[in-house]
Amino acid sequence: MATIIIRPKKILSWNDIKELWIYRELAYFLTWRDLKVRYKQTIVGVGWAIFQPFMSMFVFTIFFGTLAKMPSDNVPYPIFVYTGLLFWNFFSSALGDTSGCLIANQAIITKVYFPRLILPISSVLTKLVDFAVASAMLGLLMIYFGYMPKLISIIVIPLLLLITFMASVGLGLFLAAINVKYRDVRYVLPYFIQMLMFLTPVIYPASIAGKYSWLLAINPMTGVIQNARAALLGTAAINWTLISISFVATLLLLIFGTITFKKVERFFADLL
Amino acid sequence: MDHPIIEIKNVGKKYNITHQRGRYVALRDVITSIIMSPFSFLKKKVKQVAGLEVKEEFWALRNINLDVKKGEVIGIIGRNGAGKSTLLKILSQITPPTMGEIKIHGRVGSLLEVGTGFHPELTGRENIFLNGAILGMKQKEIARKFDAIVEFAGIEKFIDTPVKYYSSGMYVRLAFSVAAHMEPDILIVDEVLAVGDAEFQKKCLGKMEEVTRQDGRTILFVSHNLGAIQNLCSKTVLLEKGTIKMIGETREIIETYLENMKRDAHTNTNITEDTKKDAQITSVKILDKNNVPSNSIPISEKFSVIVDYIVRKPLKNASLSCQFYLNDDYILISSASDKSGKLFDYQPGKYTTIINIPEFLFNVGFCSINVLIDHPMVKLIDTVKDIGLEITNINNPRSNIYTKISGKMGTILEYETKKMGSVN
Repeated sequence: MATIIIRPKKILSWNDIKELWIYRELAYFLTWRDLKVRYKQTIVGVGWAIFQPFMSMFVFTIFFGTLAKMPSDNVPYPIFVYTGLLFWNFFSSALGDTSGCLIANQAIITKVYFPRLILPISSVLTKLVDFAVASAMLGLLMIYFGYMPKLISIIVIPLLLLITFMASVGLGLFLAAINVKYRDVRYVLPYFIQMLMFLTPVIYPASIAGKYSWLLAINPMTGVIQNARAALLGTAAINWTLISISFVATLLLLIFGTITFKKVERFFADLL
Repeated sequence: MDHPIIEIKNVGKKYNITHQRGRYVALRDVITSIIMSPFSFLKKKVKQVAGLEVKEEFWALRNINLDVKKGEVIGIIGRNGAGKSTLLKILSQITPPTMGEIKIHGRVGSLLEVGTGFHPELTGRENIFLNGAILGMKQKEIARKFDAIVEFAGIEKFIDTPVKYYSSGMYVRLAFSVAAHMEPDILIVDEVLAVGDAEFQKKCLGKMEEVTRQDGRTILFVSHNLGAIQNLCSKTVLLEKGTIKMIGETREIIETYLENMKRDAHTNTNITEDTKKDAQITSVKILDKNNVPSNSIPISEKFSVIVDYIVRKPLKNASLSCQFYLNDDYILISSASDKSGKLFDYQPGKYTTIINIPEFLFNVGFCSINVLIDHPMVKLIDTVKDIGLEITNINNPRSNIYTKISGKMGTILEYETKKMGSVN
């Protein structure tokens, strides 16, 4: 029989990871719940996952592509911006959901025990499904404009997804933890995310910043979006240095976020 | 097995008082305070680091030692704030203890509140799986017990309807049913039976009894329903102010508990002075119609609550109020000195307020009184809680017909009946 020992809690231990594995089914069920609930009472259902980036693409193409003549690395503006939006939406919506996941699930947190890390993980998984659905649209766009992804995409794209995943979870965990304590964080966050979008080459190419473009590279999402375009649309050669830097940076972010989260986790039930 | 299934050693839980206040901290305020007065912030930080800071601490639990053997059904009673819920929360790992250690040999299931994690948009079927997963069941396990769960809840027809269309009774039945089928080695139950209709409550108690008798399951049961505790539990723990006051045979413990409730109506008059408080309630007494202190009042007689208090600093916009409530949180009436819609300004001094309660306001039974001085909606200044009061069934004209009158209020309403004509 398994023995549970309850003690004043340590910050992070190997047990936490083992526990996550034991509770993996819960992560699946929470993801399933979020998807089901979100698409239950809507007309187009999962279509929303496509509609949103598609409409943004439409608007951006008219204003930035056609009217403002924004450069787009010699790729038709619609697929240029859609590729950016695809990854950006995954990051921003995952970040938004992760940082709010504790407040949204406080009814469960204060009543039942399970590893709290399950909550942010399932938030991101939900967004990953949206990402997959929205990618189908990119496929269609690429066929329409006659683009063929490079073979290397098979390796690069999952790697970029992993980086995005780590970035959103890492930052999200940190924000989720302070969100429990300081409730005004959630009002600032949407604004912050919007600002961040303009600091990321989503609607413009990184080259627009000229010799200052390295500044943009501080933001890991820059590396992700630039390389996604390179792999899928052949805008440039794949920048492995940038990928490595982004990877290490987001990994550190993830560790930092997890530690902050675990530190505050002990008091969640008391604070909520 | 003689080895205890739960070993609780010297467990304590401390809260810092700031956590206890309802208001959330805003990051904005913290940043402003750092910018506006960086020195006092630094001073505070240094004090914190050096451990010199005087924190207002509150031990919700202290020195708890308890061994529970396999198959035992233990009741936990005590009044508000005695630490019952905190103990269960620690046992179910929702909040960690500040000190001490607990060893639990087996799987723990907690019913701190039924319906945890139910989503209104999802159907009964979907919620069974979701709720099961939240409670720690494997998908296969849920699938295997699915039919039994649905049958016990008696909602076969509505299994594919979103639960938001369920009546509250159906909702509770389904929720309890999922929880009751989770088959943990140790079941922690808090006040679930306060919900649902009487019929279903009986069914739940039956199920719990069946579970313990047949499967030798261990149950920890917190309830204000002393009857249910008496029926189910062989052994009971009485908590008082965060410590274990008594452990023993259920009947004996319940008697002591009720005795204490009665006695406390008088003992509550001696409150040690705390000069740090701006105002303080120094005594609360219940007087019967002859102005004799008592905590047992016949339903047919009026009585009064006498509150003595000291105001040390001038108070603007303050109010004294008195709440009568049942169980933990069911407030019967909340009355205040602001009945004219105005708040009071108190000058320093000693005050006495008499609250008159008419006859036939409350129905027969036990209730408790909280008295508080506060700036309404702004700040609580002082409070005295849990003064026990029993309304007795003496000279109650209605009891000529009924042995027990249902309801929480005892007011006798006017019935005007006229004969309007004859039949044909």
